[in-house]
Amino acid sequence: MSTAATPSTGPSTEQVRQGFLALELDGDGAHPAAWRKARHSPAELLDGTRVRATVLAAESAGFHVATFADGSLPPAADSVDGRDVPGRLNALQRAAFAGPVTGSIVLVPEVDTVYTEPFHISTQLASLDYVSGGRAGWLVAASDQAVDAAAVGRSFVSADGLGREAADSIEVGRRLWDSWEDDAVIRDVATGRYLDVDKLHYVDFESAAGAGYSVKGPSIIPRPLQGQLPVLAPAGLLGADQLSAGAADAVLVSAPTPELLAGEIAEARAAVPAAAVIAELDVVLDARGQSAVGRLAELDAHTPWQSSRARFVGTAAELTELLASVLETADGVRLHPAVLDVDLEELAQLVLPALRRRGVLAAQQPGSTFRDLLGLQRPASRYAAATATESATVHAPSAADN
Amino acid sequence: MKDTPIGNGFVPSGQLQLGIFFQGVNSGTVWKSPESGSQTDFESFRRIAQTAERGLFAAFFLGEGLRLREHLGRPHALDVAGRPDAQTMLAALASVATRIGLVATQNTTYNDPADLAHRLSSLDLLSGGRAAWNVVTTDNAWTGANFRRGGYLDHADRYVHAEAFVNTAKRIWDSWEDGAIAETPGASAWAAPGSARPVHHEGKHYTVDYVPRLPRSAQYRPVLFQAGDSPEGRDFAARQADVIFSAHPRLDDALDFRRDIVERTVKAGRGANDVKIMPASEFILAATPQEALEKKDWVRSLQIGPEQAIAYLEQFWGRELQGFDPDGPLPDIDPVVEETSETRGSGFHGAKAKQLADQWRAEAKDKGLSIRQFVSARTSRGDSSFTGSYTEVADRLAEYARTGAVDGFNISPWLIPTGLDDIVNHLVPELQERGVYPTEYAGSTLRENLGLATPVRQEADTIRLQLTVGEQLL
Repeated sequence: MSTAATPSTGPSTEQVRQGFLALELDGDGAHPAAWRKARHSPAELLDGTRVRATVLAAESAGFHVATFADGSLPPAADSVDGRDVPGRLNALQRAAFAGPVTGSIVLVPEVDTVYTEPFHISTQLASLDYVSGGRAGWLVAASDQAVDAAAVGRSFVSADGLGREAADSIEVGRRLWDSWEDDAVIRDVATGRYLDVDKLHYVDFESAAGAGYSVKGPSIIPRPLQGQLPVLAPAGLLGADQLSAGAADAVLVSAPTPELLAGEIAEARAAVPAAAVIAELDVVLDARGQSAVGRLAELDAHTPWQSSRARFVGTAAELTELLASVLETADGVRLHPAVLDVDLEELAQLVLPALRRRGVLAAQQPGSTFRDLLGLQRPASRYAAATATESATVHAPSAADN
Repeated sequence: MKDTPIGNGFVPSGQLQLGIFFQGVNSGTVWKSPESGSQTDFESFRRIAQTAERGLFAAFFLGEGLRLREHLGRPHALDVAGRPDAQTMLAALASVATRIGLVATQNTTYNDPADLAHRLSSLDLLSGGRAAWNVVTTDNAWTGANFRRGGYLDHADRYVHAEAFVNTAKRIWDSWEDGAIAETPGASAWAAPGSARPVHHEGKHYTVDYVPRLPRSAQYRPVLFQAGDSPEGRDFAARQADVIFSAHPRLDDALDFRRDIVERTVKAGRGANDVKIMPASEFILAATPQEALEKKDWVRSLQIGPEQAIAYLEQFWGRELQGFDPDGPLPDIDPVVEETSETRGSGFHGAKAKQLADQWRAEAKDKGLSIRQFVSARTSRGDSSFTGSYTEVADRLAEYARTGAVDGFNISPWLIPTGLDDIVNHLVPELQERGVYPTEYAGSTLRENLGLATPVRQEADTIRLQLTVGEQLL
């Protein structure tokens, strides 16, 4: 089992299981009416200053991971005639923008796999790993929106085809990330070779999904710093066989209520022992002298918050208890605060310090990678072994050989 | 500037702008020098972007990789290769370089208009109005092998397709009403209902049905760069581009090119000064002319070693030429390929290989050049190279400013990441002394810094008309 639970040498001799906390930084918060409670003018949501401020706030609060939602915002269904639908900057770019200004927080954008080019997103994610110093991950999404198909003029992929599209995009990404072995850039002045072409590989991927497509490779960017970026997928998107084959490094699990999370976590753990399990939780806290229930009612009066995630509504102390208990079985929890400007402040001042005191949070180490946080080794390229065998037997002639 | 030789109402600004083109591929970038740093680590990009910004450069420019360059059927081993995604890197740079423009080369063939326009919008907003798109086209199936779409475009169609793509992107960028977003959190809606007009395009190559998701940026919409040099490419630029990344840096060529572009621009119904021109260029500078020449020899020897010289010819000959002496004459055997192919990354279009070989042999013999000398001369693009002392080169550049031949230069540094240091430390002050270079950023957006006017909103009807005209012309 892969887990963030590095044995801790806490005050007691008993080992305390340690986990990580992720924070979703989308918009002004997870509640559709969050912008009404934001401490900035609505248009400022869409600039770099805001992106920098929120990700730095998350990092200094002690969150291990920041995630960035993407995709078409829910149309009218989730809001009253679109009153509460803000704009959204591209998630991967927000994560990239945050890369150079942060030092320890992991940056995980959501990237669609259905209506995107797998070659492009593989390159973009590898590039994110470079600009963040190995702190990148990929939250795999599979759009089920007809508007996304229409935007790029593709046929709509129905629900039963999404898992296949996602798995194929992940496989393309993973192969391309491995298509340059780690030491492919040799810069050998004596022979005039910048690259060792024996360490570059065609990926020759063939997809049977939808209309079918193929990707030749190799990648146009060297292997990412982490070798392979950790891939996160919502539970239920990928099939059991795909998960067992290692398509995802972590699954995100939801439940109708916080009490039901434990069961879902156990189920996900049993289904794919090798993957980390991250629990999803919506959060509304008592804040600024207002009760969480009151705050939620006020927000819901504008647009009701429809969410498939478990929701916590209460005090910081109660949330601390809940998170400590969830982290006993989950490797991490991802929080979706109703209003970032309000709830993040409470989390930073009350909840995370309390959890740290209990020793249930993994230490944050500057310079460590997302794989480190997940307890994953840096893997060798899947093509590395093949090369060793191949070059012993067949030595393809090339201009570079002399 | 009363003695302007351009005509058609063009008025030279008397000013130059500089851009930096971080190439990331091919032989122009020296990797054999001990000072040569990583081509992929973020620090290299940060270092050079911040140096450029210290020198008040207008733009930081990145190319786009879609398929790794090959040589005789395998990845090419000898030159710099492997580069990050342009927009991802530029988004990261936006947070640590806060004044410079961010130009992403992006292909119209292997991107979707709605997705690309959205991501460029996003970069534009994230950077506070500093994004630009260098529009390029590709049609070959070899590149297409990495994409869902595959190779699907006829060569003759590529500008028709590109123009439809650009017009669709402009409509996406223009779709939000000004002031659509609420002023305060107390407003009734985040964006006024109906403030984004849906964009529909149904064309030969794709359809788009899209409600744009982002408002306009501080510079209205991303600046458009374009580099096409064929008559079709020039007309396309005259109709669509804000800046041409040209291949004509020599003064007389640059003046001819300016005249031609001004004529085409005016004919397309735009102002004579509406399209800026920034040729690709390389600078090899030193304190004295003599030192600069010595430096040039050294740079050339590192750019084109004996292996690169042979490999370069092999690309066109389509066969191995390892038996030939790099310091001897060009190969006397003939090429085995019918036609040279841009898919090999040479950028050479469509000439018959045999004809080309004959031509090159004659030229090399005539000038008494060895393989290495010949290839070095060809690949260094001697025309685009400014070699000399700081004062000498500054004087030459001032002449470009005075005549209005160009609006600036897009510099490809031959060394990463320190390749702009001498330009910023020594050349820029010389240009400032001559009054031909800015002493501060003119504004906060790329459009302001390049002296470009705010674009006029494109209405769907106008675009339809323009497209029809464009299709007839082609």
